[in-house]
Amino acid sequence: MPEQPVTVGLFVTCLVDLMRPAVGFAAVKLLTDAGCTVSVPAGQTCCGQPAYNSGDSADAGAIARQVIAAFEGVDCVVAPSGSCAGMIKHHYPLLFADDPAMAARAEALAGRTHELTSFLRDVLEVSDIDVEFSAKATYHDGCSGLREMGVKEQPRALLAGVRGLTLEEGAEAETCCGFGGLFCVKYPEISGHIVDAKVDDVMATGADVLLGGDLGCLLNIAGRLKRRGSAIAVRHVAEVLADATNDAPPIAEGNAGGGDG
Amino acid sequence: MPPTTPRPSPRATPAAGTGDALESTTRAFDANTRRALADTNLQDALARLSHGFPARRRDAVARMPEFEQLRDAARDIKVHVLENLDAYLERFEARVKDNGGQVHWARDAAEARDLILGICRDVGARTVTKSKSMIGEEIAINEHLENNGVEPVETDLGEYIIQLRHEPPSHLIAPAIHLSKTQVAETFRKVHEQFPAERSLEEPRVLLDEARSVLRSRYFEADVGLTGANMLVAETGSVVVVTNEGNADLTQSLPRVHVVIASIEKVVPTLEDATAILRVLARSATGQEMSVYTTFSSGPRRPGDLDGPDAYHVIILDNGRSKMLGGDFHEMLRCIRCGACLNHCPVYKSIGGHAYGWVYSGPMGAVLTPNLIGLEDTGKLPNASTLCGKCEEICPMRIPLPKMLRHWREQQFATRQTPATSRAGMKLWAFLARRPALYRLATGTAMAVLGMLGRRRGRFRTLPMVGGWTAARDLPAPQGPTFSSLWKQRNGGTS
Ligand code: SF4
Repeated sequence: MPEQPVTVGLFVTCLVDLMRPAVGFAAVKLLTDAGCTVSVPAGQTCCGQPAYNSGDSADAGAIARQVIAAFEGVDCVVAPSGSCAGMIKHHYPLLFADDPAMAARAEALAGRTHELTSFLRDVLEVSDIDVEFSAKATYHDGCSGLREMGVKEQPRALLAGVRGLTLEEGAEAETCCGFGGLFCVKYPEISGHIVDAKVDDVMATGADVLLGGDLGCLLNIAGRLKRRGSAIAVRHVAEVLADATNDAPPIAEGNAGGGDG
Repeated sequence: MPPTTPRPSPRATPAAGTGDALESTTRAFDANTRRALADTNLQDALARLSHGFPARRRDAVARMPEFEQLRDAARDIKVHVLENLDAYLERFEARVKDNGGQVHWARDAAEARDLILGICRDVGARTVTKSKSMIGEEIAINEHLENNGVEPVETDLGEYIIQLRHEPPSHLIAPAIHLSKTQVAETFRKVHEQFPAERSLEEPRVLLDEARSVLRSRYFEADVGLTGANMLVAETGSVVVVTNEGNADLTQSLPRVHVVIASIEKVVPTLEDATAILRVLARSATGQEMSVYTTFSSGPRRPGDLDGPDAYHVIILDNGRSKMLGGDFHEMLRCIRCGACLNHCPVYKSIGGHAYGWVYSGPMGAVLTPNLIGLEDTGKLPNASTLCGKCEEICPMRIPLPKMLRHWREQQFATRQTPATSRAGMKLWAFLARRPALYRLATGTAMAVLGMLGRRRGRFRTLPMVGGWTAARDLPAPQGPTFSSLWKQRNGGTS
């Protein structure tokens, strides 16, 4: 690790901000434990992907400008999501094809942007996760994390340090869960069919916990698991790695417990 | 009459929407989807496909360490061709003429249909045998021939089956993949009246043999053989066709006349280029190293040849493709119709090919179809994707399909073809997202309420306005306070 502490701007992501702050705090803890100075720039709301993927490039560009400005002061931008990190890293520069000055700023930000587990593993070279979490887990590879950010081995390498945890791979771990942002509400039948196949695959592993690095996928899969009455707990990988599983019940489970209460 | 330098087609109306061409049912995409999801035969077929093709491709790729380099090489060939398309098409035309064949240029589907019918009429053809051709489907040649007194006979088993059932293909390389063998047996029993009604048709082998025995006599009756083309080789004027059944060989060598129908982007410079593409084609499509039959034809029978047609025609079709050159969809013209993007697409694997409503389906169809028949009728297609990126990952020609799906969405948004409610919702959300303080106020309140309501159970079965979500799944409840509010508290009111 470099001499000076790395300054990290946490890109919280809109879903973590709204739905599951525990993931944000877990990310802060992991980054701080690894020696980074973490800030949470106030100018952020969302990465703009809903607008971008709906073809609204004007709004996507405006939101991108806001994010670019908000994170200009930090060494690195880290997001607990492969999807949002992928948006900043691979798509922001494309939004400013007609504006070389902005494109340069977007490129600069893209070069400093990372998904959380790959940042911990590949950049900070974290290898000493010392937590205990007894579970038979399986992992869902979010599409953008996997295909745009190269996230595959990093979360697994980090989880290998978790005492009591075994990982049972699903045959279809790399297959899309059918979330797709607004896709899941625009095409509910198709999305429902895809997530059902994902849930079959998760169940077939015999795991009692599903982990992943993207809250969008996890909300989708957890929602379907619970609809089908499954007791499989769903969590963001950061919660386990940061030993923060007591901070919130698993996704889609309440104080009343995991049953269909 | 080589139009050569690709230029915009003069026809403003999509050619495929004219006359007796296949009408698109893409407007009914949502209804098509629902029907497909409820069709248990189809769902069984799709489950078989999802486990078959991708695994076979994976194994084939694993056996070939240099596969990724081969993909690059194959892509580079097409990149080069598309930059010099007019030159290669002209060279191809010249070579075919040298070999004694004829080349015809068709701007659109109607022109192509008329050319084919004209050739048939010139030789007084009553029957045309046909090997599988997506361009044939695109221009709906079968209907056109039928309506004009010429009988087309499909010789690819899958195509033959769907021809008997009057259905369009549901997959690029496996046109009858949507059918069970029971359904095929029912169709044969109904149509093949020459066989005993009580015969057993349980085994796929029996079905195949029966189709073969019917088709055999048809091959000899045919006056014209119509094939598609996987590639056109500029260097030699050869047409390359691959099949696993050998039906294209009989189709093109037995009748007096061989007609090839191919689109402009099928041309490659040399035989060596053709073999490079063949190597990625079969592996991507079926996981085979090579298709069983690869046939090169380069013109009519020469003096001393043992077989071959007396006349040889190649019809080269544009049908909207030259408009794609140099634009947002240029790279789509690299497609070699291997079908890998269908086999790996979570959406295709859920709904099959017919739901897409026209000839092409899956990710390649969602990109190509609006180019060929217009975005107005097909606007649902580019939106029906999670943009998961699997298609681009496996496409042998490295076509950035997700990027192009997004281009269509951008065009829809820019031309206000996006539904008004989605548009308004997006604008409202973006208005808030661009005003962090206001956004926090609005979302903070909403999440606090939802968090409270959902605290005990952790999720909602139904909730107003989110019916799309809760149709298939519970909505996880938010924790309650947002991260930004908690962070502010933790840091004493600053961030
Ligand atoms: S887009 Fe790519 S994967 Fe799909 S059919 Fe064409 S070449 Fe094959």
